[in-house]
Amino acid sequence: MSTTVEPSTSTGSSTEDAPLLDVRDLRTYFKTEDGIVRAVDGVSFSVKAGQTLGVVGESGCGKSVTMLSVLSLNTKAGRLALGPEANAGAEMEHYLLASKKHTSLSTGSAHFRGEDLLTASSDRLRAIRGGEIAMIFQDPMTSLNPVHTIGAQLIEAAMLHQDITKGAARQIAIESLDDVGIPRAKQRIDDFPHQFSGGMRQRVMIAMALINEPELLIADEPTTALDVTTQSQILGLIRRLQEERGTAVVMITHDLGVVAEVADEVVVMYAARVVERASVFEVFEQPRHPYTWGLLGSLPRPDAVADRLTQIQGQPPSLLNPPPGCRFAPRCTFSFGRCLEDVPELEGSGAGSHLDACFLTDAQKVEEAQRFVTAAATDESA
Amino acid sequence: MSTYIIKRFLWAIFLIVCVTMITYVLFFLVPADPARLAAGKSATPADVARVSKQLGLDKPVYVQYGLFLKRLILEQSLGRSYVNRRTVNQMVFEAAPVTAGLVIGGAILWMLIALPVGILSALRPRSLVDRSAMIFVLVGISAPVIWVGLLLQYFVGFRLGWLPNSGYCNVFNPPVGSSCGGPWDWFTHMILPWTTFAILFAAAYARMVRANVMDTLGEDYVRTARAKGAPEHSVVRHHVLRNALLPVVTMLGLDIGVALGGAIFTEAIFNLPGLGRLTVTSVESLDLPTVQGVVVFATFAIIIISFTVDILYAYIDPRIRLA
Repeated sequence: MSTTVEPSTSTGSSTEDAPLLDVRDLRTYFKTEDGIVRAVDGVSFSVKAGQTLGVVGESGCGKSVTMLSVLSLNTKAGRLALGPEANAGAEMEHYLLASKKHTSLSTGSAHFRGEDLLTASSDRLRAIRGGEIAMIFQDPMTSLNPVHTIGAQLIEAAMLHQDITKGAARQIAIESLDDVGIPRAKQRIDDFPHQFSGGMRQRVMIAMALINEPELLIADEPTTALDVTTQSQILGLIRRLQEERGTAVVMITHDLGVVAEVADEVVVMYAARVVERASVFEVFEQPRHPYTWGLLGSLPRPDAVADRLTQIQGQPPSLLNPPPGCRFAPRCTFSFGRCLEDVPELEGSGAGSHLDACFLTDAQKVEEAQRFVTAAATDESA
Repeated sequence: MSTYIIKRFLWAIFLIVCVTMITYVLFFLVPADPARLAAGKSATPADVARVSKQLGLDKPVYVQYGLFLKRLILEQSLGRSYVNRRTVNQMVFEAAPVTAGLVIGGAILWMLIALPVGILSALRPRSLVDRSAMIFVLVGISAPVIWVGLLLQYFVGFRLGWLPNSGYCNVFNPPVGSSCGGPWDWFTHMILPWTTFAILFAAAYARMVRANVMDTLGEDYVRTARAKGAPEHSVVRHHVLRNALLPVVTMLGLDIGVALGGAIFTEAIFNLPGLGRLTVTSVESLDLPTVQGVVVFATFAIIIISFTVDILYAYIDPRIRLA
């Protein structure tokens, strides 16, 4: 049921190696009218200080919910602590169906600097949200409150986490707006969100997220709602601020181009699970999971002359009732008998930190990846 | 802003002309002669003809309407009642405060009920509070005003004797010979009418507030506020309520107009000498100038209220600029 994870590095090792955020076997289920949706089903990953983790996958695969669960930001979120021997899936459904208060429930662990956020008190969580872990969202048009000036919203963020006067908070707000490239920040601080363009609003969101100098910034598809030129400006801005301040970033995206541009490590998610986890170089050069091959094959390359992009046939499975075995098997051209019955675990092939969840033999994976990369290279040379 | 005001002003004039014209036309479609009513039961045809001439009823409709408009504009006068020859201005002036007191007091009461009930229900959907509130809403919306009024009169006024059953007391300067007067008497006499009047709206508003608050709770900016680390009470107060109550303000403006009409029933049950009762009695006696007077006054009132609400709305919602 559960996925295997790397041996723990959070205890006893030097602070350099210890991940900033270490998520293990995270599950988040939602109660809906149609039944229990298993939106996140045993996800593990970690983020190192100062690094960027890209979380990729198609819409609805649980990327955003994973990160929202870490901060308990899902609607009517509950958290459940389960013993290591418990049958997590069944227990979760049981508790969720019985609960009147919660429509979503998370279990597992999410250690942030050694502190488990899934068992932290709500006061502690509030201190972490926006203070040590900040989050920006997909749609800057709706993520800012329309009836308050951006200044009021920034000042609120600063005063929630810093013991300062309103005047001082205003000063900080102006500085952080200036930092993200809002021209005439001193005047514009008193404007309302609707007086800004989409890109400018996303800059305001970033300014607000970084106002308390968090150690981790979760960016949930921050460029999806923006046009291409603005996209690259915003990515550039995030990268610059990250370099200046050493902030770690989790970049949730469905755009492999964004991943290639900003990520150090990549987590590929499919149907509520992690299917591959590796460095950005390995994902692009030695991808090991058929789903990753599909994703890369569907990525347009400006230098390629291929007539058509390859397409992954079919639709992702419903998370109400996911298929047994490997969830990608029904769409996978490489699948065989075992894939439909057993759940492949996220494992590495010997050394390295490159993990994938697929029953194909190492030789097959290497050969297929080889062919894939060569094909891309041939396209390039053509 | 000034173009906005000019536009609104012209629109108001257009409305007044339309509304009064429709009232005139409706009146002349009624197959009854106001002059005959005014002249009394034993009047001869000659008497009726004399009364008709005296009241100006012998002239064509459009002339009568023209005279009405001329008087309204030049003398700000609504004319005299056919029935008792008092000026309509004075009658409206006497009745308006009663209705205003009923409507404003009622509106305050219904908001005092609807806001907490709606907000609490939205924050705890499907809880006991929510379910009881929604039962109240269902009953409140379904129950006819008259039935509610009579029940209150019977139980609270008659059986328990806690509050006066009906009648009106002036707040200031009660007329000589009246049985009551002063703020306290006024207040106790108004409690039952306010309650009767407010229940329907309280129910409708509780449901509306609940729906708006629930919608707003799902907005992206509310998630942003939580992601900033704002405590829940501050999320609700600063980010949810202000946005959720914007549409309520608009509805309140529209509904106060509707409520003026609804006041007719409450005034009738509790025998309050307001505009509603004045309308009913003057329609019964085909007293066109008085009806017309109430119509003009109510139109003015509604125009002014909706104008105020528009200004207020632009003030509380920064996205709206009047132009």
